[in-house]
Amino acid sequence: MSKVHVKYKVNGQDVEGLCEPRTLLVHFLRENLMLTGTHIGCETSHCGACTVDLNGKSVKSCTVLAVQASGGDVLTAEGMTNADGTMSALQEGFRQMHGLQCGYCTPGMIVRAHRLLQENPNPSEEEIRFGIAGNLCRCTGYQNIVKSIQYAAMKLRGEEFKEAAQ
Amino acid sequence: MIPGTFEYHRPKTVVEAAKLLKKLKEARPLAGGHSLLPMMKLRLAAPTALIDLGGIAALRGIKKVGSKLVIGAMTTQHELLASALIQKNVPILHETAILIADPQVRYVGTIGGNVANGDPGNDMPAVMMALDATYILAGPTAKRSVKARAFYKGSYETVLKAGEIVTAIEIPAQGKHGYSYEKLKRKIGDYATAAAAVILTMKGGKVVMCSITLTNLGPTALLADAAAKALIGTSGDEAAVDAAVAAARKIMSPAHDTRGTPQYRTSVGGIYVARAIKAAMARA
Repeated sequence: MSKVHVKYKVNGQDVEGLCEPRTLLVHFLRENLMLTGTHIGCETSHCGACTVDLNGKSVKSCTVLAVQASGGDVLTAEGMTNADGTMSALQEGFRQMHGLQCGYCTPGMIVRAHRLLQENPNPSEEEIRFGIAGNLCRCTGYQNIVKSIQYAAMKLRGEEFKEAAQ
Repeated sequence: MIPGTFEYHRPKTVVEAAKLLKKLKEARPLAGGHSLLPMMKLRLAAPTALIDLGGIAALRGIKKVGSKLVIGAMTTQHELLASALIQKNVPILHETAILIADPQVRYVGTIGGNVANGDPGNDMPAVMMALDATYILAGPTAKRSVKARAFYKGSYETVLKAGEIVTAIEIPAQGKHGYSYEKLKRKIGDYATAAAAVILTMKGGKVVMCSITLTNLGPTALLADAAAKALIGTSGDEAAVDAAVAAARKIMSPAHDTRGTPQYRTSVGGIYVARAIKAAMARA
């Protein structure tokens, strides 16, 4: 099968390459661009470990063809730090609030939470839980993930999150 | 898990897409891809070519045309949820879209894919049947329109011919009405174990117009005509609701799958019909 040309802006950088039409976006990111921060979990669009931001939307990159997304603006876990390389509010939140245990779901959680907070800078706990319903975590029971996102939301609004991690 | 090989095309116009679909054997249109790509990974679908509709701007958007609401087939569930026009005119679509899958899937999944795929587990077919919506189909040379109620022939079988795609959905003005979509699912993101849509109008304390439809309780979405008739002309009292539920259960023939036995799904199907009727009456 002949290859197709694809190009994206990934974490602010222009990239391009060749792939088969059947190549999934997650495979292009991990295997062609060596951006292995995006994880492959269930491969059936349930778990959300492969979540990336595509043109301002959270998508499951295991269910998007690389060629379908060509021309798009992609943000991955690697692009989640502040411009100066320091931890973003979300990354800091996950660290301070113990928002991960094994860490497998974390890149997808943070990329999804990034978009959630862009759309709703002051979400209620219920809105956070509904907003991350497409991301599964098998370790934490979600309590500290929700707190991590609350921490980040408050920090981004210039407030201080006073609850402790559980 | 990756799909088998296929040719990829990204046409700019509906006519070009329809021509490719007609010309290439075993070609499938690609909308959001969140039903088709998983099926291709499992080799339950093996198209030799995908015609990506994502580059056709004319297929997007929600607008009012006269008294009708017209929704472009490539409008995503996320865009439906964000639409004030939808919220104001057909709030049942908002209530339904929010129960579909999860945020990531709703950003990508389209209304056209949901109605055209013919999966009895999809939620929008029953809702479109309840609203008496019309699908606009376009082929390489001609357009035609088909009522949602006449579109579904069986599980994954519709009246779509080779080379035809659903380009838009027209929803007639509903007037002041009560509505409800009640869905039982095991967890967020799941298809319905059973679900029911109800649209009704009340006048002088009586139900004067009613449509009741069912999701995932047969090989296609089902129009429960006898159930609606059992309710029309009544005040919607317990006896009338019971009669409607009994009539709805008569036409249910759910599959035996991981969501339950046919007996269980028929039982809860009736309960969800009753809930949807009561919720719709409370809003009428």
